[in-house]
Amino acid sequence: MQIPAPFDYARATSVDDAVALLTRYGEDAHVIAGGHSLLPMMKLRLARPDWVIDINDLHDLDYIRRDGDQLRIGALTRHRTLLESAEVLSLFPIVTDAERVVADPIVRNRGTIGGSLCQADPAEDLSTVCTVLGAEAVIHGAAGDRTIGMEEFHRGPYETAVAFNELLTEVRLTIRPRSSSAYEKVERRVGDWAVAAAGAAVTFADDGTLDDVAIGVTAVGLVNRVASAEAVLRGEKPSESAIAEAGRLTGEAVDPDADQRGSVEYKRHLANELTQRVLRRAIARAQGLEA
Amino acid sequence: MTIVDDPQTRPGGDYEHGRDHEHNPSADAPERPIGFGRLQRKEDPRFVRGQGNYTDDVVLPGMLHGAILRSPVAHARIVSIDTSEALARPGVRAVLTGKDLEPLKLAWIPTLSYDVQAVLATDKVRFQGQEVAFVIADDRYAARDALELIRVDYDILPPVIDVRHALDAGAPIIRDDLEGRTNNHIADWDCGDSVATDAAFAKADVVLKQEIVYPRVHPAPMETCGSVADFNRVSGELTLYVTSQAPHAHRTVIAMVSGIPEHKIRVISPDIGGGFGNKVGIYPGYVLSIVGSIVTGHPVKWMEDRSENLMSTSFARDYIMTGEIAATKDGKLLGIRASVLADHGAFNGVAQPTKFPAGFFNLFPGSYTWEAVYGKVTSVYTNKAPGGVAYACSFRVTEAVYLVERMIDRLAIELNMDPAELRLKNFIKPEQFPYDNKAGFEYDSGQYEKTMRHAMDLIGYDELRKEQAEKRSRGELMGIGISFFTEGVGAGPRKHMDILGLGMADGAELRIHPTGKAVVRISVQSQGQAHETTFAQIVAEEIGIPPEDIEVVHGDTDQTPFGLGTYGSRSTPVSGAAVAMVTRKVRDKARLIAAAMLETRPEDLEWEKGRWFVKGDPSAGKTIQEIALAAHGTMELPEGVDGNLDAEVTYDPPNLTYPYGAYFCVTDIDRGTGKVTVRRFLAVDDCGTRINPMVIEGQVHGGLTDGVGMALMELIEFDSDGNNLGGSFMDYLIPTAMEVPDWETGFTVTPSPHHPIGAKGIGESATVGSPPAIVNSVIDALRPLGVTAMDMPCTPARVWDAMQGHATPPI
Repeated sequence: MQIPAPFDYARATSVDDAVALLTRYGEDAHVIAGGHSLLPMMKLRLARPDWVIDINDLHDLDYIRRDGDQLRIGALTRHRTLLESAEVLSLFPIVTDAERVVADPIVRNRGTIGGSLCQADPAEDLSTVCTVLGAEAVIHGAAGDRTIGMEEFHRGPYETAVAFNELLTEVRLTIRPRSSSAYEKVERRVGDWAVAAAGAAVTFADDGTLDDVAIGVTAVGLVNRVASAEAVLRGEKPSESAIAEAGRLTGEAVDPDADQRGSVEYKRHLANELTQRVLRRAIARAQGLEA
Repeated sequence: MTIVDDPQTRPGGDYEHGRDHEHNPSADAPERPIGFGRLQRKEDPRFVRGQGNYTDDVVLPGMLHGAILRSPVAHARIVSIDTSEALARPGVRAVLTGKDLEPLKLAWIPTLSYDVQAVLATDKVRFQGQEVAFVIADDRYAARDALELIRVDYDILPPVIDVRHALDAGAPIIRDDLEGRTNNHIADWDCGDSVATDAAFAKADVVLKQEIVYPRVHPAPMETCGSVADFNRVSGELTLYVTSQAPHAHRTVIAMVSGIPEHKIRVISPDIGGGFGNKVGIYPGYVLSIVGSIVTGHPVKWMEDRSENLMSTSFARDYIMTGEIAATKDGKLLGIRASVLADHGAFNGVAQPTKFPAGFFNLFPGSYTWEAVYGKVTSVYTNKAPGGVAYACSFRVTEAVYLVERMIDRLAIELNMDPAELRLKNFIKPEQFPYDNKAGFEYDSGQYEKTMRHAMDLIGYDELRKEQAEKRSRGELMGIGISFFTEGVGAGPRKHMDILGLGMADGAELRIHPTGKAVVRISVQSQGQAHETTFAQIVAEEIGIPPEDIEVVHGDTDQTPFGLGTYGSRSTPVSGAAVAMVTRKVRDKARLIAAAMLETRPEDLEWEKGRWFVKGDPSAGKTIQEIALAAHGTMELPEGVDGNLDAEVTYDPPNLTYPYGAYFCVTDIDRGTGKVTVRRFLAVDDCGTRINPMVIEGQVHGGLTDGVGMALMELIEFDSDGNNLGGSFMDYLIPTAMEVPDWETGFTVTPSPHHPIGAKGIGESATVGSPPAIVNSVIDALRPLGVTAMDMPCTPARVWDAMQGHATPPI
């Protein structure tokens, strides 16, 4: 049995209580939701929080709710709930695509969307998904709520805009007509970190041109969207040659590290290949040609 | 006692003709077999209800907990160790270092290969993860926390990590503890006939050479290793609960190492959560728990965590092999050479029969006839964890089979011949058995062509090749891989095979109680192999008592006869034979008693399962239960027959048994990503007589899953500083249900001619046989891209590299 360093534990009774506990215990406190990232790191003593603040009782953060042209997802919503949501599938199939390959069923039963985003692991899928969908994050602190976009939310690997005494409470996705999206990942085995993954979202204009395109990649050293590749497609009718060019540009734009999962060359190739695949699928879905 | 010539008590008995014992199609059938057949595992109720009793479940009054401080570096001289801060921590009872063990002569202990290994490092650390200090504390949390308070000053030395440079002049000397060492060489070994092989190669039309790497992998049993030592200072008795595949051998070795007399040692191996050879060696942690109990006067528990298991306990494989094959242009095999560089890590601790320093690599000629063969293995030290023989490898048969099956496929590519056809053309024929494989082993039996053709029918081989051709015409990558393996399992004949001088025989004791219920005591130890079921079925088959009336006792040296334990698929070949023989001994005795009961002569009685009856008068008979009661009753027994129905034997196997199989694997490869999907896998095994087909299938399913792991993802890799990159399940990948197909299995039955019930070991067949089938399938899929070879693991990145024409070895 791997044993973490000593720590204390508190169970929050409300969002405000969680923020109060985090304020009281300071930077050495860590929020636990699903725990499937934090606990392994604690067991390996790579993470050594003095306090663990458990938010699993905050059931009012576990919801998927449509509100006008937005889908609001509570931060404590489990991966499994997202995976099984018909509404999510119909509006944002990229989320369902990604949830199919987030870790494994055991992790998906406990892990939460808020935990995934706040962990900000470079190989984390939902960060890419939310970036591609232009999601907004609602962050609660002592002074109340603030809402920020994903570009601002992500500060880098394992770093986000959520301060030590704040809590991510909600993720908001904007519903757009004539839109769809897709995500694909290559991993060595179910539950392994991604070798690479890509996500895309497209919105068509009335005339059949692409009004908007968003491309994001996972685990290849790029946090933000791939603007150069998006520009090739935006305003144009989709074509195989443009998709291929967008893939090529994505492969050029990424900055992967070589590791046991693959060489730089291979990961660049995957960024290219997977970008093309998700673009094709997102376009086909938006055109009603593919589920 | 009169010994009557009875065909049923001769080796082979009535199993000679391959009688199939699958009376019941399902273990759920209401009719349960009295003997062989599908039967639900007797041990499962306690496991599925959470009532198993593993080493970590053992809690003794006053028990303390130990934890090991391990080296963070691969090679360094220890300048100093300061334990004072750890000792001052509340809850800490003692901190041991190598210096504390030296006066006890326990700082170093013998390995199973006549080397020595450090229990706690005294001079140097020689691999990352090596044991440096041992903390004993009131609870496991205090013990772990105290590890961080021990200060060790290391003087870092250059490590030997790349095995290909271990023998270079000027390479750092790892084992300077050994007198007169000037290099990292351990041993050279060879087999076969070098000169005759040269001659065979000289006349060949086709000669091919190929490097084939079987990288370092780890058995990673679900339960890690651990022990609870309880030394009684008054009686001088030691009770050791330990994760042991071989409790008797461990008792003897612990007696030799510790100086505690053997009769004062009781080794209890409770439920074991998987072994795969990982639990054959004596680990420093076991010794430390014993020393800890002696020092503190309390029982001491030590359980390693997952990272410790992966980084310090016995790894598997790590063979860099070069194969050379010679054949005529029409595909007649002439000769094969194998040359191996073996990485044994920092201490030579391979667990294998003493006279076989490369295990049973002698099986590298495989299932084929050759004019000549020659194999050689050079083993070396590196700054890595010791081990090498583990992970269901049948003592290196895994490596041997992988080599020959890859080489056969490589030749098929060169000759543009179908790989199934090439195998069929060169198989050893049934009438050639017993067959001298020209590398020192005599195969006992086999019907290779029959089994191969059966497998080809089951998988639909010709249809698959058609499908493949169609897919290739569309640019899709589909592969069909074949492996045909022969194992040698059931070590082994005492005159050839021993471990530390202990002959590899096994005992069995059988007692039939007055009410006709039985208890059989065996020397081997289940780690999941269902001994409590299959050994009861062997007794049942031989004497007709239902399996549920037979208790199988194992895993406690105070309760069981001596024997060498469970590994190398030896339980059924050796201990299973012992159980059959002891049951026949009881049956013979029952015949004498039944004759007295029926007032007739023993030779006038005939046996049918469960009773002796008078020849020609089936109504006049006595059941084994009636005989058992009479044996313990008041009846006057025949002269020389004492009043019980018990017996004991020790079985010395005359030869190994040679299970074999034909495996077929169908893969699809995503051309854009290199991702391999195993779409179908068929395993047709011939393990001779099948005791419990359901248990066999379970073993095969597990081994096939292991094979997918090794072929596609498993790898213990090191960086150039010697840091282990596979030290957790986040980095060392083992397959899940998502990576494996629905397994297809089949069988033929070719009984072993020398085994009492004709059975051969099955525990490791699938682990041995499946990796080459999968890798051959991957290479076959990549053939349109010009690929003729690639090494495991076939991860997406490595497959993609091969597709680009630059496949690289993993080490």
